[in-house]
Formats: sequence, C-alpha cells, structure tokens
Amino acid sequence: MGEAIVITSGKGGVGKTTTTANIGTALALMEKKVCLIDTDIGLRNLDVVMGLENRIIYDIVDVIQERCKLKQALIKDKRFDYLSLLPAAQTSDKTAVTPDGMKKIIKELKQEYDYIIIDCPAGIEQGFQNAIAGADRAIVVTTPEKSSVRDADRIIGLLEKEDIEPPSLVVNRIRNHMMKSGDMLDIDEIVQILSINLIGVVLDDDEVIKASNHGEPIALQSKPKASIAYRNIARRILGETVPLQSLEDESGMFQKVKRFFGMRGN
Amino acid sequence: MHDTKQLITIKGTRDGLTLFIDDTCSFDEAFKELREKLLANQPQKKEPCVPVTIKLGNRFLREEEKDSLSNLIKEENRFTIQSIESEVIAKSEALSLMEDSEVKTINRIVRSGQVLEVTGDLLLIGDVNPGGSVISTGNIYIMGSLHGVAHAGVKGDRSAIIAASYMNPSQLRIAEYISRAPDYESDGVYMECGLIDEEQDKIIIDRLQVLAHRRKSINRFERRINNG
Ligand SMILES: Nc1ncnc2c1ncn2[C@@H]1O[C@H](COP(=O)(O)OP(=O)(O)OP(=O)(O)O)[C@@H](O)[C@H]1O
Ligand SMILES: [Mg+2]
Repeated sequence: MGEAIVITSGKGGVGKTTTTANIGTALALMEKKVCLIDTDIGLRNLDVVMGLENRIIYDIVDVIQERCKLKQALIKDKRFDYLSLLPAAQTSDKTAVTPDGMKKIIKELKQEYDYIIIDCPAGIEQGFQNAIAGADRAIVVTTPEKSSVRDADRIIGLLEKEDIEPPSLVVNRIRNHMMKSGDMLDIDEIVQILSINLIGVVLDDDEVIKASNHGEPIALQSKPKASIAYRNIARRILGETVPLQSLEDESGMFQKVKRFFGMRGN
Repeated sequence: MHDTKQLITIKGTRDGLTLFIDDTCSFDEAFKELREKLLANQPQKKEPCVPVTIKLGNRFLREEEKDSLSNLIKEENRFTIQSIESEVIAKSEALSLMEDSEVKTINRIVRSGQVLEVTGDLLLIGDVNPGGSVISTGNIYIMGSLHGVAHAGVKGDRSAIIAASYMNPSQLRIAEYISRAPDYESDGVYMECGLIDEEQDKIIIDRLQVLAHRRKSINRFERRINNG
C-alpha cells in the first residue's frame, strides 16, 4: 500500500509544482514507484516541468467522468519506468473533480505505487479541498516572505481539521544575502511561527528555473545545491535522518536550522 | 402599628443620597411610601441633580419593578440613579455570572484566519499567530506569543486585561478601545500586559507586576458580585 502526499501552500507561485516534480523525481531516483497528480485544473503545469506535455492524451477529468480508464490516462516518464503523471485537465469544467473522485483515484493508485505526490492549486477553495481529500500527509511549501508564511499558517490551520498527519514544512527560494541582512524572515522565525516539522530548505537558484524550462527537473542533476536539497527531502520522506546541508560557507544558518531537527527528533 | 416603622430611610453621603428600602414589607407598600416622601419633599428652587444609590437589602426585584422604581425616582429630574443594589440575585444570573468568570483553558495554536472566542476568561497555552484572533468577555492570559489580535472584555468590561508571555500583537482591544502596533517594525516584549488606563483614556502596555496594584481583584467573579 502506497502513501499519498499533497504538496500545498495557500499562496500561489511559491514552488508547489517545482517541489512536486523534484520530490517525485528524487524518489524515483531512489527506485521508488511514484505517481504524480496535477490537481490544478485549468492551469496545468506539472506536465511541462516534467517535460511530458506532448504525451498527454487523457486527463484527470476524463478519468473521473469515465471517458477512459485510470491506467490509460497515466503518462509514463521518459526517464524512469516507475514514474507516472496523471495530468490536470486544461479546458474542462473545474467542478467535475470532487473529493470523492480524488479518493477513488488515489485508492486505486496506492495499489501499485509507493508514493502518490499531489500538486495542489493555490488558494483554499474547492481545488484545495480536492487535492487534500485522499492525502495521508501534507507538505506545506513557503518562501521566506511574510505573506507566504501567513498563508502557510492558514493552510496548516485548515489541514489540522482534516484526518491527516501533521504537515511538514519546506522553505523554498532562500536567498542567503537577504536572510543575512535581515530583509527576509530567517528559518528560525518561520519554524517558530508555524511550529511544524521542517523537512527541507531549498535555495533560490536560477538553475531550478532553467531545468524546469527544459522539462528536466533539477533533481536529475547531481551537483546543484537545490538538487541535493530536494533529494534530501525525499530521503527524509523515506524516514532517513539527514542533517540539513550547509546553505552557506560559514556555519551560521546550518547551526540554527539543525537545532530544529534535533529538537523534534525527526 | 406599622406606620411608626419607616419603610424608607434616606441618608446623605458625600457621593449623594443612599436610599434604604426595608426588605420585609411588600413592594407596593414601599413604593407608596417612597412616592409620598418624594412629593412631600418638593424642592424650593432648581437644585442640581443628586445621584442616588438604592439599597434593597434581601429584596429581589423583577425587571418591571426595577423600572417603575427608577422611573419614580428619576421623575422631575431631581435625581439620577447610581446603582440599585441587592444582597440577592436570581439563580439564572448567578449561573451566567459564573460562566462569565470561569477561566477557559485552551491548548492550541490560533493560526492565521482562525478566531478563538470564549465566554469568561481565556487561558491560552499556545501562540496566537499573525492573522489569528482571540476574543473573550473577560481577561485573556496567553502562555505563548501573541502576534495577532486579542480582544478582552468584548461585552464592554473595561477592567479586563490581556497578558502574554511574549507580547507582539497587531492589535489589542479591550471593551470598545483599540490600540494597534506601530507602523515600523518593532520587537515584542516579554511578560507584559495590556489594560485600559482611565486617566490617559487609552490602552497601555506595562509590566505584569503593575497588575498587583492596578487591578486589585483580577478575579472577575468577586468583582462582579461586589460591584453589581
Ligand atoms: N528554488 C527555486 N529557485 C528558483 N526558482 C524557483 C525555485 N522554486 C520555484 N521557482 C520558480 O518559481 C516559479 C513558481 O514556481 P511553481 O510553479 O513551482 O510554483 P507553484 O506554487 O506551483 O505556483 P502556482 O501556485 O501558480 O501553481 C517558477 O518559475 C519556478 O521555476
Ligand atoms: Mg503550480
């Protein structure tokens, strides 16, 4: 039986889709069977970031409205045998997807896959409710900005009402120079406010954008720090204890962040 | 011979008049005597309004009775009613007083967009995050960080206070008073409280220690029983 993880944030554009693609890729690199689901109906992106856009024939709404079998709609990744994508619909009616429909799909996918990673749309409306419906756990993505942290907090509050494990946190798009100068919230502050388990921190890196543009998630490369960060998140999902990588040459932030891992006995 | 016995006793004090109403006779009898006394005592010239405190002893008055009593006294604008005090209260009032002065202990984080509302005092063990709010009819004690909005004495109790281990609120509200954080970034303060300062007519933030003399009885039940 697999596990379903929803990647959510509240605020738009903080890196949900990027995180979904990279965690999925990193898990596949570790030979897990992974299925990605894009639930952002009307604004589908995950297929582009994964470089699978031109293979789409059916989408999630076709599955829910029984125009095709679930298996027919799954797109096999070009790099890994056991990485698949269930794409969002681009044109159909949004209301076609329901929490029950999602639960049914996820239940079926869990028979075959180890991990089902669900890319959630921004906002707290129907799309959010659908995305979290079948999830066993959640990863909340935020950037080190007040508004993003505020929305993450709102989302965590909503998730706490659901029958779902306490969420974990990814802080994305960290810029060392701004954090040092105090122009961005530091990780310490963010974790203190949100008071959930920190599962990863990812630097802001142009390479991430470049990689996404080529449809080759950065986690496929072995060198960039952002790639290592995503791979480490995947390892932590598998239950390994991995210390946070040093984000800067001096030990400052590393020390700070490590404390949270120690404290919560990740 | 009951007309030798005074049903109404009036005493002058520094703060006006105190009117004792015997609590063994019927309300109608007392009412009648009071009206006669007031009529017999017409003022010669225009005098300023005198505040009156009415002491009922062990008499319980229904709302209609209270109304007709105060209407009688306020007639002709010679007196204002300061308070009507009785040694007894209705059971329902006692229960709501108790509810109103109970401390509700809650253990959670109040996150952005969430509102936690209680009747009575609130003891929150946990933080109020930015964008979250806590509301109570009484005092608010937060063992944690207050980053959001806290509203104490929401039904108008100006003596209510807000205390927090770490105080960095976006707004403090007590009764109908509001104070907000300054527009510049500021650090919070530890172990402080917010309360209304009557002289400055606004909410001030001070060390917890000042409560000992500024709010002698923080126990709302006692306060309410004693002050009516
Ligand atoms: N660590 C990073 N470094 C640099 N750029 C990043 C990083 N993470 C995400 N981005 C970029 O930020 C933009 C938004 O990312 P993404 O599409 O993943 O966000 P999203 O939360 O899915 O947005 P939406 O709410 O619209 O679905 C993209 O251009 C992406 O390439
Ligand atoms: Mg997206």
